[in-house]
Amino acid sequence: MYRSVSIQSADFDVTEQCSLLRSQSSQIGALAMFVGTVRDLNQQQTVNTLELEHYPGMTEKTLLNIIEQAEQRWSLLATSVIHRIGRLQVSDQIVFVGVASMHRGDAFAACEFIMDFLKTRAPFWKKEHGEQGGQWLDARESDYDAIKRW
Amino acid sequence: MKVLFFASLREKLNCAELEVLCPEHGLTVDELRHRLALERGENWRAALFQDNIICAVNLDVVQLDHPLREGDEVAFYPPVTGG
Repeated sequence: MYRSVSIQSADFDVTEQCSLLRSQSSQIGALAMFVGTVRDLNQQQTVNTLELEHYPGMTEKTLLNIIEQAEQRWSLLATSVIHRIGRLQVSDQIVFVGVASMHRGDAFAACEFIMDFLKTRAPFWKKEHGEQGGQWLDARESDYDAIKRW
Repeated sequence: MKVLFFASLREKLNCAELEVLCPEHGLTVDELRHRLALERGENWRAALFQDNIICAVNLDVVQLDHPLREGDEVAFYPPVTGG
């Protein structure tokens, strides 16, 4: 079972990540992926840059744990999660989740599951920097509602 | 024990990391919070006792009654906002 978790400031290439996942097994028939990007408006302020902080050690552990939970629920062949940290600009890529399986049902479901739990468990924090200074983002109620369906 | 603070909590406390001696009889996460508030004043009390503060010990989320031991790494942080 291929599992990859990377916390990095560098940007990632989606095509490269998908190729990497596909190369893990000839049984792969489906690849589902998600990319999260920086939006330009949140909490009534024009966002210029987004700062991402994390808890080194716990982020990796938490993400691996979430992947393991996904593997127990669905038949997965390869999974990759990349989350960036540091200063990002509007429209920059923040997070990549890629899941490969034999069939699409497992890949789609596991990809969404991983994102839902990443949003509510992984110790990252976003701080928006705009004209009015810096402001930490609040967690969203809807993210906690999303995990209930699993 | 190493005690870490992250994000807005770190800013409110103006402290990223502390070293705390664990008493021989041990103490719970909640008792640690009380001790820090007692030692460091109202600003710490207000920040640490917000009802959405999360605690992790040795990289796993725990409840307030979790018993701490010397050598543990404790972290307090606000609700996460990654992804």
